[in-house]
Parts: sequence; C-alpha cells; structure tokens
Amino acid sequence: MTIKQLSVFIENREGSLGEVAQKLAENRINIISLSLADTSDYGMLRMIVSDPKKAKTVLKEAGFSAMITEVIAVKVANEMGNLSQLLNCFADMNISIEYMYALATNKDASIIMKITDVEKGVKTLLDKGFELVCNDEAVKING
Amino acid sequence: MIWNEAKECMSRDEMRNLQSARLVKMVSRVYHNVEFYRKKMQALGIEPGDIKGIEDLNKLPFTTKQDLRDNYPFGLFAVPKSEVVRIHASSGTTGKATVVGYTRKDIAIWQECVARVLAMAGISKEDRMQISYGYGLFTGGMGLHYGAENLGATVIPMSTGNTKKQITMMEDFECTAIACTPSYLLHIIDALEEAGKLDKIKLKTAVLGAEPWTEEMRNRIETKLNITAHDIYGLSEVMGPGVAADCKYHAGMHIYEDHFLPEVLNPDTLEPCKEGELGELVFTTLTKEALPLFRYRTKDLTSITYEKCQCGRTLARISRFKGRTDDMLVIRGVNVFPSQIEAALMEMGETSPHYLMIVDRVNNLDNLEVWVEVDEAFFSDEIRKLEDLTKKIAHTLQQALGLAVKVKLVEPKTIERSEGKAKRVIDKRNLI
Repeated sequence: MTIKQLSVFIENREGSLGEVAQKLAENRINIISLSLADTSDYGMLRMIVSDPKKAKTVLKEAGFSAMITEVIAVKVANEMGNLSQLLNCFADMNISIEYMYALATNKDASIIMKITDVEKGVKTLLDKGFELVCNDEAVKING
Repeated sequence: MIWNEAKECMSRDEMRNLQSARLVKMVSRVYHNVEFYRKKMQALGIEPGDIKGIEDLNKLPFTTKQDLRDNYPFGLFAVPKSEVVRIHASSGTTGKATVVGYTRKDIAIWQECVARVLAMAGISKEDRMQISYGYGLFTGGMGLHYGAENLGATVIPMSTGNTKKQITMMEDFECTAIACTPSYLLHIIDALEEAGKLDKIKLKTAVLGAEPWTEEMRNRIETKLNITAHDIYGLSEVMGPGVAADCKYHAGMHIYEDHFLPEVLNPDTLEPCKEGELGELVFTTLTKEALPLFRYRTKDLTSITYEKCQCGRTLARISRFKGRTDDMLVIRGVNVFPSQIEAALMEMGETSPHYLMIVDRVNNLDNLEVWVEVDEAFFSDEIRKLEDLTKKIAHTLQQALGLAVKVKLVEPKTIERSEGKAKRVIDKRNLI
C-alpha cells in the first residue's frame, strides 16, 4: 500500500525547476502532486508522477540526481480533527514523519508522508480504519 | 635603521667569501650527519671535498617538500634530538605534516633575522607591537614574537581572530606596529572604519606576510591607516618568516644571504636564470643546525637582483612573487593543495570524487568554498540527511586542511570535466 515518489535534487539557480518540468512534459509524464523543500543552496523537489521509473531515467539522462522513495498516501476525510487523529496514531506507535505534503484531489484530501517505518505505519493506519491510496489510484486521483 | 650593518651591507666579494666558507662547513657536517644527503651525494659521485665554494653549489642535489615528507618526522635532522629545542610544522598534502626543528642557535639566528626585518621597517624598542599571526605549530606567530622581543619592542601576543579585542588592545595600548597577514589587516581596517576608530589608533608600521599580496593592497593599507606596510617572506622548511623582507624603498625583498643562499632557476631546465629573469626560488641554508637543506625548491616564482639598494644594503633582492610552479594555494596564511581535498573526500568515501574549490575574498578575509556533486552514491531525499552529510564533509575537510570550509552540494556534472588535468580551483582573489 505504498506509493512511489520521485525526488529530484535542484540547485538554487534560475531555470532549474523549469528544466525538470520540461523534461517530464517532453516525455509525456504527468505530475499529480508536488512539494518543494528549500535550503539556502539547493531545493528538494518531491513529486508523485504518472511514471516514476521513466521519469527517473529521463531526468538522470538530463544530468539530475533523482531517486524513487517509498511513501504512503493517506486519505483524510474533509472533517475537523481527522489529521490530529492520524498523527496521534503515529505518535503512539513511535513512528516519526520525515516530511509530508498534500496530494491534491477533487473532494477529500490525501496526505503524502515519508515515515520512519513504512510497514508498521501502514499496518497501524489500516488497523485504525484509515484509507490508504495505492499507486494506481494516486496517479488517477484527479480523474 | 640597519640592525646588522656588518652583514647587511658587506661588499659582494665579502659576502661570497662568507657564503663559501659557511657552505663548505655545512656540506661536510650534513654529509656526516644526514644519511639522506650522504646517499644522494654518493649517488651523484660527489664528496664534501668537491664543494670548495658557492661556485660548486650546482653540484649539490636538490631537496623537495616530498623529501621532507618521506623522512617524516625527524629523518633529515642533522643533530641529536636532545639538541632540538623547538619543533614547528605545516600541513602536508596527504595529512602528514612537514616537520621542522631548531637548535638553540637556530632560534637565535631566527630572532636575529626577524629583528633585522623589523629594524628595516623602522620599528625599534620604543614600539609596541601586536603580533596577530597564529601562534602554535605555524611559524608566523612565534617567529615574529621572538624577533620583536630580540629587537626590544613591547610584544603583544594577540594571535589571530577576535577582531574586536584586537582593536580594543590596539587602541588602549596605543600599538604602533602590527604583524599579521595583509588580508587580516584589511579586515581589521574595515572593522576600525565601521567602529569609527580609524583616527583613534596610533599604528605607524605593519609587517605583513604568509600569503601573496599585491601593490594595490599595500597602497590601500598604507592610505587607509597612514602607515608604511612592509612585506616579509619566509617558509618553515628554510626557517620561517624573516628569510627576506623589503625596506622603505619597496624595491624587492632583501634576502639574508649570510644565512640563506638563494638561486633562481628555470623550473624546467634547472639552469640559473639571469638577473631579473623569472624562475623558481631555491634556497640552501648556510647556518642551520637542526634542519640544514641543500637547494630546497620553494616552487615560488620570482626574479633576483644583486644590485645595491638605495637603502645601503648590498643583499640580493627578490621581486614580488609571480605565482608558483605547483598548484599550492595560500588561504588565510594556510598552505592548501587541491590534492588534500581530493584525498580527504576519497578517504571519507561517501561523496563523488568531483569537486571544485572556489577561493574568494569577502570582507578582506579569504573564503574557501568546496562544491561537491550530489550523485547516486550519496543522494537522499531527506534534507536532514543531506545537511548532515554537508556538515560531515565540511568537518572532514577542516580537519585535513586546518581551515574552515563551506561545502556546497551541486547537481551532477555541474563540475567541468576536462581531458587531462581537471580544473579544480577557481581563485577569484586576483593576487598576481
């Protein structure tokens, strides 16, 4: 129940993010969701894309450092207190969140998370009745 | 003032005679006490008796920094260890330091040479002198310290760093002279300007060295502080600061030839250059007891003149350095070879071997930035891990170089690959 995320190292210089987007477009790879973490020298672009393997290959050929990471995507119903409940589950199980961002959807939101223990995390959430998004679903989530 | 007129102003004939007599004695002593040189001389088929004066200097073998490293730590010492009263060292290219030693007499000669430099710069026992070179294994701090004491000046052993405190002492003690690197003095000037204290200080003279600098820097320092700035040269292998320095005419640096016999050689053919012609500076020590060296190749490029100076000194003079025959850089007075960075990164084994050093001067202080490519081998999509790695690389390089390094991660293949020798250094300081 994990999904594959594509991470790309991006230097802080004009146009480098654009180059990544262009490479993906040229190869007909769709970006479903993304987050960009920044430091003073570089950025880390994390994306859910339609074909992560192909995306990694084309970006590497273009001279970027890219890697695929296993992350989870959890559905969070559009109700108050839902995120809090989810985070409490992880805290109780001593699972840490490395980073998280939202997966854009039409109605309910989903949250993409990189956690310290994927297997344990997935089991915990399923036990607690959370719904996880699988890879195929994630790619088609916006219809 | 001329500290030792007898030596600094002797006729060229007298100087050659003195050098010849000292060379003959030193060759014999070295032959009998240093196996390394004995073997080298035997391989060349020469005996001490073949060296009758400085005209025979070219029969002697050369010495390189590598020879010092190969004989680490004390292999080239010519006296029993009990005679050595002090050790200094400079960082080496592969982590091992270049070690030098001094007998009591070596220290006395060093103090004499530095006193000559300071007297030539117009400093006397009436002066209060701030020594803002690093103290420790580096020869700068202690070399200037004991020379200034020998002269009789009041010494303030500040060492490097803590500019605010340096300025307070300079102001409160009414320091009249300072010894430090030229870039550090420029940094102090900026701090003085910022604090609105430029006109509060009483400096008259600065003795600056341990890194290459330019006439433009001298002009800037002299104008801003309304002082005279002198150039001092030295290298630990030969002694330390005080091998040569310039007088008030700034017409090249006078070499203390009664102790250090200079040659300027074409670095390719190793044949002597004509006066005024650019070549590699080579020194043979004439009086050193602990670590005497034959024809030590400094790798510094300069030219020499034997013409008498307006100041009255007859000592040979060398021009401002025009670069080096190797890729050594001097950053904040620390000798840095690109190969040290490579070796440290390889040893760490967690990064790509492609790196680029960018040396720049920001606020008059040298900055070393090392770019390292992020590749498959050590990529993580967690920023925390990349930051930990950056810190680890910076720490490793700092340990290897003895210098703070800023590490920047860059995209793969950002660093230019070239056929043959890769470009590993961008020096933006324009020092030559």
